[in-house]
Amino acid sequence: MSLLPTTRGPREAAAPSARLGPQPGEVIDRRRSIPFTWNGEPHTAHPGDTITSALAAAGVRVFARSYKYHRPRGLLTADYLDPGAFLQVGDEPNVRGAHRLVEAGMAVSSQNTWPSLRYDLKAVNQLAGRFLATGFYYKTFIKPEPLWPLYEKVLRRFVHAGAITPERGAAVYDHRHAHPDVVVAGGGPAGMAAAVAAARAGASVMLVEENHQLGGHLRWGDAADLTALAELRARVAAEPGIEVLLDSVVTGRYDDNWVGIAQRDLPGVTERLIKARAKTLIVAPGLIERPYVFAGNDLPGVMLSTAVRRLINLYAVRPGRRAVVMSANPEGDLAVADLERAGVEVAAVLDARDRKGVVRAHGRGGLRAVETNEGRRIEADLLVTATGWTAPTSLLNQSGDRPIYDPRSARFVPDPARMPENVLAAGEVVGDAGVEAIVEHAEAVGREAARRAGRIARAWRAATPAPADTTDPSDDDPVTIPSLAPQPHPELFAAGTGGFVDFCEDVSAKDITTAVAEGYDSVELVKRYTTVTMGPTQGKLETVNAVALVAAATGRSIAETGTTTWRPVYSPVTLGALAGRPHEPVRYSPMQSWHERHGATPLVAGQWIRPEHYGDPAAEVRAVRTGVGIIDVTPIGKLDLQGPDVPQLLNLLYVNKWSKLGIGRVRYGVMCAEDGVVMDDGVTGRLGEDHYLMSTTSSGAATVWEWVENWLQTAHPDWRVHVTPVTTAYASINVAGPRSRELLARLTDVDLSADAFGYMNVRTGAVAGVPDCVLWRIGFTGELSYEIHVPASYGLHVWERLMAHGADLGVQPFGVEAQRILRLEKGHFIVGQDTDGLTQGFTAGIDGLIKLDKADFVGLPELAWQRERDEHPHLVGLRPVDGSVVPPEASQILDRSGGIAGRVTSSRMSPTLGRAIGLAQIDRELAAVGTRVTVRLPDGRDITAEVTDTVHVDPEGERQRV
Amino acid sequence: MMLLPCPWCGPRNSTEFRYVGEAGPRPDPATVTPEQWRRYLYVHANPCGPVRETWYHRAGCRRYLSVERDTATNDVRSAVDTASAAAASSAPGDAR
Repeated sequence: MSLLPTTRGPREAAAPSARLGPQPGEVIDRRRSIPFTWNGEPHTAHPGDTITSALAAAGVRVFARSYKYHRPRGLLTADYLDPGAFLQVGDEPNVRGAHRLVEAGMAVSSQNTWPSLRYDLKAVNQLAGRFLATGFYYKTFIKPEPLWPLYEKVLRRFVHAGAITPERGAAVYDHRHAHPDVVVAGGGPAGMAAAVAAARAGASVMLVEENHQLGGHLRWGDAADLTALAELRARVAAEPGIEVLLDSVVTGRYDDNWVGIAQRDLPGVTERLIKARAKTLIVAPGLIERPYVFAGNDLPGVMLSTAVRRLINLYAVRPGRRAVVMSANPEGDLAVADLERAGVEVAAVLDARDRKGVVRAHGRGGLRAVETNEGRRIEADLLVTATGWTAPTSLLNQSGDRPIYDPRSARFVPDPARMPENVLAAGEVVGDAGVEAIVEHAEAVGREAARRAGRIARAWRAATPAPADTTDPSDDDPVTIPSLAPQPHPELFAAGTGGFVDFCEDVSAKDITTAVAEGYDSVELVKRYTTVTMGPTQGKLETVNAVALVAAATGRSIAETGTTTWRPVYSPVTLGALAGRPHEPVRYSPMQSWHERHGATPLVAGQWIRPEHYGDPAAEVRAVRTGVGIIDVTPIGKLDLQGPDVPQLLNLLYVNKWSKLGIGRVRYGVMCAEDGVVMDDGVTGRLGEDHYLMSTTSSGAATVWEWVENWLQTAHPDWRVHVTPVTTAYASINVAGPRSRELLARLTDVDLSADAFGYMNVRTGAVAGVPDCVLWRIGFTGELSYEIHVPASYGLHVWERLMAHGADLGVQPFGVEAQRILRLEKGHFIVGQDTDGLTQGFTAGIDGLIKLDKADFVGLPELAWQRERDEHPHLVGLRPVDGSVVPPEASQILDRSGGIAGRVTSSRMSPTLGRAIGLAQIDRELAAVGTRVTVRLPDGRDITAEVTDTVHVDPEGERQRV
Repeated sequence: MMLLPCPWCGPRNSTEFRYVGEAGPRPDPATVTPEQWRRYLYVHANPCGPVRETWYHRAGCRRYLSVERDTATNDVRSAVDTASAAAASSAPGDAR
């Protein structure tokens, strides 16, 4: 890449330590030090340090390069949201460096900084400027199209998205389902108080906190705050009904209070998704401090008041040496006090309530000076702004609430009228007050949440049929919730000098005004055009400023401008957590152990693992044609049908007739759906007066069961039919071949003589000493054969007896592959192989089976019209003229002009005939027996094949009727 | 994820159910025209608002339910077993 210079900039001199002496609320453990590396250099941290607090203590101020312009970025918020601290940890990209705690041996690096973090930004900036105009995605990369790959390469280099390695070891992710009465989103003073009150009222509570400790802003407060915090933590700890989830976040609220929680503090699990069905949800996320928009507001050294208070009070880190503070609220004033206590020289305090403020920050690679709106220029390496708060109303918006902009307090506030019964809000998202008033309000909310949870639980129980009487208490009176209102706050968004609105996406104030000037005058359009609020912080820092700028540019009010949609998820969730643990159910027949011992090659057939063959499928075919073989057909679907109306049901679902099926008889049937498309096939036998056993294809077992129930329950609830799925209640074995009668006769008391037990008959009796077996004489393979259904726990026993008693007959186990060949030789189609989602009944060649004279059956009108049109393709037999060539399945059949006239649906080398045979769906013009057609193989070669009858072996069916 | 109030099992996650389709009468096969039959198979009202539809409680009681649901709000006005629903003459919602 010769476009850009690649020399490294000079290294910064090692900065002196910025670690302060012990602080009352600090969360670090000074007794221990843990080693880690930053861009390859060794560092130490104390347990409790975040990556950036440890590095800031060592004097590091630049952590990343920005997204588009590659500007150096330092800490802004010093918490999970910090847009300047997305880091690579080992092979894990995009780690929130201001949130993630240091662990021993961590290898931390800046992400995809190119060529290096300290690289002189000017050259990059100038180059980037050409590319990165407002709406640059739309303007720049359209033409010329051949350059798209180049654009992609260059952009990829610019974006600081981290890197993953495909070799990464399998991390553990998990799911958990929970049914708490109350979920509290946010573990600050309000969340803690609400959780305690709800638990004391008898509710089971999940208290979810994004940070590593409970407490919210009390953690960096004064002595009184820390006392209140200790008291609240003690109350939480004393309630066994509260489950505290730290380093966890409520990611979204969905229908009926289905709440997703990403839990990240679980040992041994990277991330777990808790799917909580909460009866009530308390939203107590506190407030997020809003950045101020002015030229140079992204320089390292420009921070929010909460950031410096976190650094000083939680991590004992001095955030700078000489500070200017712009404060519009009491919290900003407290930051001044914290700075002074930390030994930072406060050069100036600009009180925004007196209309004083910052207009520009100067510096390169870091803050050097601040320019005020009174024209002063003040040297400083730290600029702290406290210009307002954003209420993170995501969960409320997702609950149907539409927060309203309140100009008096300069923030969006919830609209209680639009909140559903099962969602409540507590704490500063509702309004401002001292800790005591916040706690009092939250306790009332907690009690009310518990009361409503009880009411919802009673409603759910009442909606569930229960044998016992539930003596639920009657409803309590609603809890009176004290009023809590936002306090006045000046409206401060931007100084009018430019600067960044979105630090993640590098969207500037100018980008917003340009977008409006270009006609994107709705905030939703501006968002999409500029990508403002679309970065990893998802607008939590940026949305209100962006709305304010759009409002100013359009001359509308903020309330009129509205806000963009706060969608789930609130905070990014790993794909691993969404997937959870891999759960792939696998089904085996009772004979699986025998198959494994005897060298079966496994075949995955849906959920089933079946023997494909035992070494030589062609030999297995020959054994069945000349002697006897047995195959495990347990996965065949089996439905036990009982009741006087079973014949009506069979007549409705099958295309053929069932009224006259005698006891002891078996019949083959095909089911079509209402569009006439072949759906399933199988045989059904009549075991007794009102007792039938239906078989289905292996893959269709579950579908057919639901299908049968569907017609019985919705269309004919008056029919007396009881359906029981018995697929796995029986192990099923097909004994096939000319000597099958001889073999089976050695093991059963059922009279197998041709006169007593003819073709297409069913008998019940004992096999190998196992009573209650069902035997039907059918012929999928085309040979004399008996399909025996044995109570499942005796499957292996009967199988082994068959093998032992057939040794002298040369009995051979055969697998699915041999069965496929056998049935292909016999011309039996397989639903889903020789038919597809468009194959109607007459295409499948079951013309003789379809009884259009029946008054009704499923699919009747479509099939009648199909025959009337008489233009459908046909299922035919196919034999390549050169019998040594097996055209692969799905090879195309060409018509005379080279168009597609069909396809090969099944093809094999027939061991019985010693030549290639197949089945094909083919246009009717070419479907007559004897027609020569061209088959195009996947490799492009054309071969000639002849259309034949579908039955390749024993077309008269003599072999199966003996 | 919404809850469906199964009349047999109580309120359950909708993932326990299979959505079958809008409920409607099955035309008489003896007199139906192709146009009517295709409307029955393929054309759904798909309203933004109340609709009567069939759900199957696949991971529960295995009963087909006739559900009145508002597609805009997911409010379920009623959910009864199809066998006891008044319009027992209806056809399976998903007949293809």
